[in-house]
Amino acid sequence: MKYLDEFSDPELAGRLLEEIRHTVTQPWGIMEVCGGQTHTIIRNGIDQLLPDGVELIHGPGCPVCVTPLETIDRALAIAARPDVIFCSFGDMIRVPGSSTDLFRIKSEGGDIRIVYSPLDAVKLAQANPNKQVVFFGIGFETTAPANAMTVTLAKQMGLDNFSLLVSHVLVPPAIRAIMDSPSRRVQGFLAAGHVCTVMGMSEYVPLVEQYHVPIVVTGFEPLDVLEGIRRVLVQLEEGRADLENAYPRAVQPEGNPAAQAVVRDVFTTCDRAWRGIGTIPQSGWKLSDAYADFDAELRFEVTDIVAEESGLCRSGEVLQGLIKPFDCEAFGKECTPRMPLGAPMVSSEGACAVYYQFRRIAAPVSA
Amino acid sequence: MSDPGHLDLESWSCPLPLRDHPSIIMGHGGGGRLSAELIEHLFLPAFAGTANADALQQLGDAAVFTLGGARLAFSTDSYVVRPRFFPGGNIGDLAVNGTVNDVSMTGARPFALSVGVVLEEGLAIEELGRIADTMGGAARRAGVSIVTGDTKVVDSGHGDGIYINTAGIGLVPEGVDLGPHRVRPGDAVIVSGPIGMHGIAVMSVREGLEFGSEIVTDSAPLNGLVAALLDSGADVHMMRDPTRGGVAATLNEIAHASGTGVEIVERAVPVPDDVRAACGFLGLDPLYVANEGKLVAFVAGDDADLVLQTMLTHEYGAGAARIGTVVADHPGVVVARTGIGGTRVVDLPLAEQLPRIC
Repeated sequence: MKYLDEFSDPELAGRLLEEIRHTVTQPWGIMEVCGGQTHTIIRNGIDQLLPDGVELIHGPGCPVCVTPLETIDRALAIAARPDVIFCSFGDMIRVPGSSTDLFRIKSEGGDIRIVYSPLDAVKLAQANPNKQVVFFGIGFETTAPANAMTVTLAKQMGLDNFSLLVSHVLVPPAIRAIMDSPSRRVQGFLAAGHVCTVMGMSEYVPLVEQYHVPIVVTGFEPLDVLEGIRRVLVQLEEGRADLENAYPRAVQPEGNPAAQAVVRDVFTTCDRAWRGIGTIPQSGWKLSDAYADFDAELRFEVTDIVAEESGLCRSGEVLQGLIKPFDCEAFGKECTPRMPLGAPMVSSEGACAVYYQFRRIAAPVSA
Repeated sequence: MSDPGHLDLESWSCPLPLRDHPSIIMGHGGGGRLSAELIEHLFLPAFAGTANADALQQLGDAAVFTLGGARLAFSTDSYVVRPRFFPGGNIGDLAVNGTVNDVSMTGARPFALSVGVVLEEGLAIEELGRIADTMGGAARRAGVSIVTGDTKVVDSGHGDGIYINTAGIGLVPEGVDLGPHRVRPGDAVIVSGPIGMHGIAVMSVREGLEFGSEIVTDSAPLNGLVAALLDSGADVHMMRDPTRGGVAATLNEIAHASGTGVEIVERAVPVPDDVRAACGFLGLDPLYVANEGKLVAFVAGDDADLVLQTMLTHEYGAGAARIGTVVADHPGVVVARTGIGGTRVVDLPLAEQLPRIC
């Protein structure tokens, strides 16, 4: 495929880093909101290449990580039912609930399927009329249109054996919560490019104005991330706070109106609990009343399942950018990818797992 | 019925790592950390206490031992791939080439194979015939004889059509001694060709994904390439075929077993464009994707060019490249210099890779 290698070109990266070094005169804290960008940063060692004093603060943008424990427990209760085929994105399978995970339920006979496209779950429902097919619809605005399409289609087809377990979260309220936090250290944001591909950029204008904070819509390849960082730093050094688009090859200012229409039809805004952080007002989407028949939580009567987090896990502070993963006492000890205490240690986009996988030693590479 | 949580696990040498999974999960077969723990904590203690059990402790893809004055390499592997047919091959080639390669990685010349098949009631005879023909063809191509076999049939619904086990035996030539004990700082790390093709070929069929161009498996017998390398006179210290868990798992195993560190340069690792694209799309890292016709060689630094030249002139060494170096620092850990000049740890995968959400 074209246009992958081009965005990790070492020469161009060197030039961007040089420009960044020339730009910076004082310490700055920049948050990349999205877990995909955290992955790119640590996997490529971008944070090590930045000038001293420029700190990347990893944000709460890993959808797997912020899905509340009780939602996972509800998913597990549904997935364990013999009449259910439970479909999920791959990342979600290993996330621990209070006492088990989807892998273990699969090993005990549960029918758990990893799907790449949510629409595959609808096909499964068509092909298995005697089973209840449930799709675990999580994620930010990025995955919402495809997740919403599942119920649109299921309704059109009259499929009464398909339902959606929804735990959608939204980026702008999370940025607002971080800026309102008294302990915040964030001075500029890399906004998640693919979220803006769907939703456009207008939601970020009030944030830039109200908090006087630079927000740069940023992509996911190494050069994209470096360019986003460079643009935020230029704004900070010049004392500006603007909304910029550093990912124009995928983001139009108005977003994707067709995708927004599907989302508006199927979902409605709600308060949402973020794992490790707490409830953020109006920060999520749930199925709207017109589609309540497709709500797996209601269909399987799991709304009374509640759960409590491990006291050892400090994922909330990690997800708010207050501490780095290795500042947590349990990191690499009680908590590892094979025995995760919290979701950030599970997903490959989770800050803790990314640090565990790529950054356990700071080994210099000789030529 | 006893609750599996109350089984007596105390007599195991180190029960703790298995405790959190009272039953087998798919990850135990993934070739990563969970597989390693199962072997170390369950099988090795259970199989100890016989005269030649120390050969098992080698934990290589094949055991090397002396019998009647000859040094033999002996290996077995089971094949449960689904789907049975995929671009460029089927379960039959894998079963022959895989065991030929496991035996060859010790430096041995594979001599004979056994084939055991477990057939599911209902499998089309025509399909079995195609698989058997493929196996025969692969054996002829490798110059190895299938000399004994076994057939079992299980009830419909109790297998995926066919499972194949092969075992292979070969003779280690005089003076050839390969293994982690010979790996040392300064060794060059060389891969015999582009990586990630087999895993992506299988996944493309399994998941019904199309990537524009068809990616075919790289399944191939490597005994000829190994013989050519040893005959070249190059000082080869160790070889392994990076199957499950990919190059990353192989490098980690060797770093761990040899007590050295490995440094690789990410951009030097040969990854075909279409494999890179598919991995980008699926959120996978090509370093962790399975290969069935590649080997990773650790060779004396001075002989790196000789080994590369020998590979590049062999039909199964096209696209060979030096990807890194063995170092004394960070023993047991593999570190990559990234495309843009940073560094990262290349960890042993926990289990199979899971596709990312977005």
